[in-house]
Amino acid sequence: MKTCLVVDDSSIVRKVARRIVEALGFQVIEAEDGVEALVHCKKAMPEAILLDWNMPVMDGFQFLSTLRRMPGGEEPMVVFCTTETGIDHITKAMGGGANEYIMKPFDKDIVMAKFQEVGLIPLGEETAA
Amino acid sequence: MNPTEYEYLRKFLKDNSGLDLSADKQYLIESRLLPLARKAGLSSIGELVQKLQGGSGALVTSVVEAMTTNETFFFRDKVPFDHFRDHIMPEIIKARASKRSVRIWCAAGSTGQEPYSLAMCLKDMSSALTGWRIEIIATDLSQEVLEKAKAGVYSQFEVQRGLPIQMLVKYFKQTGETWQVNPELRAMIQHRQLNLLHDFSQLGTFDVIFCRNVLIYFDQETKVNIFNRLARQVEPDGFLVLGAAETVVGLTDVFRPIPERRGLYKPNDLRAASAKPALAGAPPRMAAMAGR
Repeated sequence: MKTCLVVDDSSIVRKVARRIVEALGFQVIEAEDGVEALVHCKKAMPEAILLDWNMPVMDGFQFLSTLRRMPGGEEPMVVFCTTETGIDHITKAMGGGANEYIMKPFDKDIVMAKFQEVGLIPLGEETAA
Repeated sequence: MNPTEYEYLRKFLKDNSGLDLSADKQYLIESRLLPLARKAGLSSIGELVQKLQGGSGALVTSVVEAMTTNETFFFRDKVPFDHFRDHIMPEIIKARASKRSVRIWCAAGSTGQEPYSLAMCLKDMSSALTGWRIEIIATDLSQEVLEKAKAGVYSQFEVQRGLPIQMLVKYFKQTGETWQVNPELRAMIQHRQLNLLHDFSQLGTFDVIFCRNVLIYFDQETKVNIFNRLARQVEPDGFLVLGAAETVVGLTDVFRPIPERRGLYKPNDLRAASAKPALAGAPPRMAAMAGR
């Protein structure tokens, strides 16, 4: 089973994200900030990381930059999931090595679409109207 | 909603839009028409039916629009757009190398996500299309839907379903909570109102026709009729793209599926089709749309 690390300082968001990501067939690990997330990544690189931007201790962008320089740190698919919806933030995130970007609020359809986009999950049965 | 009201609405929709609802679509009617009834100051589907029976032209149009409008998203189902980029366009670029023009029809263009997705695909391959004349015609039954398509303004939710973030950054402009398609992309598309039940020969012929997730609503006879008329609007070496739940197989031989490319069809030699005049006739006679 693939693992997804959910990084967000809000326990509610983590809970919602966990439910969605588990339904997509992932095992979920949670982290409250970038530093905690790095600890998990050093132990074992997850296949996917759902990443908030604004967090105490270490924010999502700093985490991403550190991750991408770690051995094996280029492997996880990193999907930002943040209230920062400005084009400047999006551009910065993608330049910093993110694979996709979700603007909060999010729902299952959006997470699924983005995970499909980066190849974490196969395309589902094609949808009929 | 009682069975009589449901039957009335089924027949009403069939006559007015060709929409062919199966016997178990009560939830669909309720979810689409209750909000509309309330907006019109009516308290139930029953009251709405009474109004329709009383002959309210404005209401007829809104009921048809509410029932035929589909939620859609960018690059819906993904595969057809991969086919478009990797198979259809390379073939057309070769075949039209001297003419250097391509005409594409989105026959159920809806709120614009499909034609804009195609426009983005074409932009991404613009180096192979330098000096080409590109025409994308997007048609839909509903005027309201066409207005939205023309404006090209989408909510944050809409732009996150199916649209890769790089494409969003590249082809949209953010205005507060909404995102608008770039003028350059919007200029590639002509939007026109069209009922597929009516004659569409005036649109001319196309290299590619996308007609996805609309024919599923029609009955067999109507489907066959539309396929036969679509066959006359597609170039002999052109393509028809259908939705995942749709096929021509068992209905008509004016198109044939392309093996290994789900949803992709080529027209057969039309002389073969003309041997079946009963199928290749004029548009079906349906009650004209009120107010159109």
